[in-house]
Amino acid sequence: MVVGLEHFLILSAILFSIGLYGALAKRNAVVILMSIEIMLNAVNIAMVAFWRYIAPVLMTGQVFVIFIMVVAAAEVAVGLAIIIAIYRSRETVDAEQIDLMKW
Amino acid sequence: METGIAISFWILAALIIASALAVVLLRNIFHAALFLVLCFFTIAGIFVILSADFLAAAQVLIYVGAIAVLIIFAIMLTRETQRGSPSGRLRLPALMLGLLFLATMVFVVVSTDWQVIKEIPDQATTSAIAQALFSGEEGFVLPLEIAAALLLAAIIGAIVLVRER
Repeated sequence: MVVGLEHFLILSAILFSIGLYGALAKRNAVVILMSIEIMLNAVNIAMVAFWRYIAPVLMTGQVFVIFIMVVAAAEVAVGLAIIIAIYRSRETVDAEQIDLMKW
Repeated sequence: METGIAISFWILAALIIASALAVVLLRNIFHAALFLVLCFFTIAGIFVILSADFLAAAQVLIYVGAIAVLIIFAIMLTRETQRGSPSGRLRLPALMLGLLFLATMVFVVVSTDWQVIKEIPDQATTSAIAQALFSGEEGFVLPLEIAAALLLAAIIGAIVLVRER
């Protein structure tokens, strides 16, 4: 059975759904951040699959993946810094107890 | 050749989905982080199958090498391992939303008539990416510089946030 574009796109969709479930359902802020990383990786798989099967001459798909990696690295650095700062002041990383700015 | 790619795709896909499920379902956060590393590593394998050699190397270096270590550090520093990672009140709506999104995406992917290109380029992509990133007019020089500034701002922001007062 030949593996085509659809296989990679469905793999990416499954991975994105798993990440979406984790980001919404989990209470630990570090696990929420891990789920967001899974979602970004799912998008990367879709980008590279589109580059390979739709437009292999244009390198735009791969360049976008590089920018997504850069932004993900920056996001993880700042996100984990925020989580550690919250842990220092409130002794918890439970997303349901961090509700100071909630209406 | 074609069957080899198919076999490795199915093995990698099964590993990716199993490890991603382990990340969101396991109660032990540290085990979840280790499965996240496995997930990133197998995604690098998917990039190899798609003949994106530079991105596979970048995936291993950035995600497996840097981001995973950062996440494990955060788990160590917050000492929430004994409490685990329980699900919140939104568990059922999140499950419904995830399944709804998955069903929509599968329907769209299957029903679209993709204009797939038959011949596949079989050369290294590193120099082509460099051309696309750095070549003047239609390249991505300005976004590249902005990305550098963004990384600098993120590093300074992280240092300011965790500084002892």
